[in-house]
Amino acid sequence: MAEASRAIVVGASLAGVRGAEALRREGHRGPITVVGEEPHPPYDRPPLSKRVLTGEARPDGLALPMHRGLDLTWRLGCRAAGLDLAARAVVLASGERLPFDRLLIATGTRARPWPDAGEAALAGVHTIRNRDDAARLRAALAAGPARVLIVGAGFIGCEAASACRTIGLPVTLVDPNPAPLASVLGTRVGSVVQGLLRQAGVDYRPGTRVAALEGDASGRVRAARLAGGGTVAAEVVVAALGAVRNTEWLAGAGVAADAGGVSCDGDCRVLDTHGQPVAGVVAAGDVARFPHPLAQDGPVAFEHWGHAVEQAEHAARTLAGRSDGHGPYAAMPAFWSSQFDVNIKSVGLTNGADAVAVTQGSLAERRFVAVYGRAGRTVAAVSFDSTRWLPAYAARIEAGDAFPPIVGATDQGRFAPADPGFPTRPART
Amino acid sequence: MRVVVDLNRCQAYAQCCFAAPDSFAIHGLEVLVYDPAPPPERRREIERAVQACPVRAIRFEAVPEAPRDRG
Amino acid sequence: MPDPMLFSAVKDPAHRPNPYPLYARLRETPVARQHDGTCVVTTHAALRALVFDPRISSEDLPDAAHARTGNPLKDWVINPLKDRIRRGHRPFIFRDPPDHDVLRRHVMRQFTPERVRAMHGRVDALVADLLDRQRDARTIDLVDDFSYPLPVTVICELLGVPREDEPRFHGWATQLATALEPDIRQDAAALGRNIATFDEIAAYMQDLVRAKRRHPQDDLLTALATHADPKVGRMGDYDLIATAILLLIAGHETTVNLITNGMLTLLRFPEHLARLRADPEIAPRLIEELLRYEPPVHFRTRKALADIRLEGTTIPAGAPVVLLFASGSRDPARFRDPDRFDPDREDNQHFGFGASLHFCVGAPLARLEAEAALVALARRLRDPRLIEDPPPYRPGASLRGPEHLRLAIDGVA
Repeated sequence: MAEASRAIVVGASLAGVRGAEALRREGHRGPITVVGEEPHPPYDRPPLSKRVLTGEARPDGLALPMHRGLDLTWRLGCRAAGLDLAARAVVLASGERLPFDRLLIATGTRARPWPDAGEAALAGVHTIRNRDDAARLRAALAAGPARVLIVGAGFIGCEAASACRTIGLPVTLVDPNPAPLASVLGTRVGSVVQGLLRQAGVDYRPGTRVAALEGDASGRVRAARLAGGGTVAAEVVVAALGAVRNTEWLAGAGVAADAGGVSCDGDCRVLDTHGQPVAGVVAAGDVARFPHPLAQDGPVAFEHWGHAVEQAEHAARTLAGRSDGHGPYAAMPAFWSSQFDVNIKSVGLTNGADAVAVTQGSLAERRFVAVYGRAGRTVAAVSFDSTRWLPAYAARIEAGDAFPPIVGATDQGRFAPADPGFPTRPART
Repeated sequence: MRVVVDLNRCQAYAQCCFAAPDSFAIHGLEVLVYDPAPPPERRREIERAVQACPVRAIRFEAVPEAPRDRG
Repeated sequence: MPDPMLFSAVKDPAHRPNPYPLYARLRETPVARQHDGTCVVTTHAALRALVFDPRISSEDLPDAAHARTGNPLKDWVINPLKDRIRRGHRPFIFRDPPDHDVLRRHVMRQFTPERVRAMHGRVDALVADLLDRQRDARTIDLVDDFSYPLPVTVICELLGVPREDEPRFHGWATQLATALEPDIRQDAAALGRNIATFDEIAAYMQDLVRAKRRHPQDDLLTALATHADPKVGRMGDYDLIATAILLLIAGHETTVNLITNGMLTLLRFPEHLARLRADPEIAPRLIEELLRYEPPVHFRTRKALADIRLEGTTIPAGAPVVLLFASGSRDPARFRDPDRFDPDREDNQHFGFGASLHFCVGAPLARLEAEAALVALARRLRDPRLIEDPPPYRPGASLRGPEHLRLAIDGVA
């Protein structure tokens, strides 16, 4: 039975493709079909907000390397529209039904659209999630707009601002928080990024919301009206407002899925609406909400590159019946961002941190390790151009060390834990 | 060819930049930038970069397989 | 109870030809306290944990060797001041951040991929020339005839050190390389010799740096002496001299071992020598495996800045810590069948060049030289055979390699 079973992977991005590879590696012998909404073969997304925008990488040159001879069947350009658990079939938007014995859900996220549909439809208003988005935005930037307005100073917004400055474009970056990246790093560390933005010549406006986008007679965006008064004239607007999980296709399927993701257990098994695992159905990557041992406030979904790979591999092991002895998925959360030629990396989870301490280097030099504590425990560390120290902090986080850890390190000045300065509630643009 | 680097693992040792200088470079102190689609004539260099990486963060596919659609 | 004398056995020259069984015994206690308080770290996992731990310092320096003179002005003011100055101008392998990072950045700005790439043709030509000279030989000493002269010439040319001065710093390099051996810390006479040697080579370098400034040339020393970094400025003279000496010595002592150990290993496993001869494209993999299996540097000594708990042991603040990299690279918990020489090994994350902050600066040059050397040796030496196995070893336990490697050959192709 297991020998000939049919597997379907829904989602043909990083988690989907690494999951399909792992499924084969773990001994799945039957057909594996990978369903992807985009028409393109799997590609790497991080360059889309960086080197693609500067023109240094081509949007069609990001295809992911894959193992050869895996005998995968690709259904690209096909959107999954429904899941029929009783019949064990994935229903495509075309109405076609793909029966499965094993299913990996890896549908990821999409860019959160500009909230006003009419304004979002104006020419010149962009989001960055897919290869085609990035190709369109790159073309718009290459045309040399007089000003680019980026709304949202999260990682995508800051990276896009960095890319625009690299190619010499005037940029305004607005964000409701008091500092860039504030919801992930806190305002104390975020203020370092504020320095980077300003030094690079970005017109950065914290604590600022956009009330409306204004178009011209031909339907092209020409300006943004700010909530506090004033306007910013811009020919290109990038809405960098975060991501929305692609779970709508699971509505009514009997699995626990909502805007926060599709729920699964520590072995990536998808849960039904009663919280029981559904046999032969797993989820991984950005769309999967699961109980991570470091997440103290309940199940979480991570939008991290490395997580997509590692969780997909774990999910594939579960699906292939190889989960015994591995324990629940508990890989250390980790991500990176590069902007303004600075390498920002993070391990652990800053959520709910009540203290931060710079244990090595200094904020002033923009080269440091900042450690985050929560209720006296070490929960996260962030490095700016100090990547080689992070493994030591990851080990301290994993061990649940008291905060602050690693006292007596080289390049450690006198440090005092401070308020990390997280916005009290998530600010909406 | 196709190249992807796991930048979580990358620790900016820059060994790839020496092994394949046309395909990898460090910007600033430790931002690795690379060509995700280098031309086939750089295969030996890229292989050297893969081997030289102290954390084995580079993955590459010399001759990409054409994805097989449902046929 | 772990044997607190095991590391003394590692240092005993009798074990030089094959220290690996001792390493296996040491790994039974991943962090082993020795009788003298040194903590010896031997497993891959423990080495990884410590090499990335910022509480491990490279500024583990012996106190200066001068004895008390009885003159309080000298004993309490002048000599300690001199020590501080000397400590302040140690090369970056003996420095911690942030100084280390600044000094290393100066070097990396000039030791660029372009500069190394420009050495390719030169290295090939030197290799060819050294082998041409042995065309009619029936026995060669690989060390004297090949492995030693190649890297020495390369580092001299890269730095811009006149070749005719090479015999002078041959002796200096041999002496100063002992600074990496642990027992130097307890040996006041040896330390004194090192300091005297350092003074000689420093005076030589000072003159050379002045000459480079007067007559700039296209070499690394000129670049280091004349270039100012936009962020951290120009390298100070003392740091420049210390760095130049470090690069010169590192270029002398380590690549010699890599090439010699490489050929020794290939002669012990002739199927791999045959493979390399038939397919030079396997060289990069083969060299990575050599770096794991027979690395040029076996261990480095550091110091704990704070109490560090690891693997059930507490390394006390102030304790010397020996990172036995060569043991980690043979750890069966990390590498399948670790005592097998297997160039096809996947995921070969060895410690051959160290790791973290102090990862070998010269690694790209070492790889370049080793590849050119081993491919040429495999192709051109006709029927090479070891005349003695094991060969005689140099005294160093850390910088470990044969003193001579005598080969019988049927000439050179």
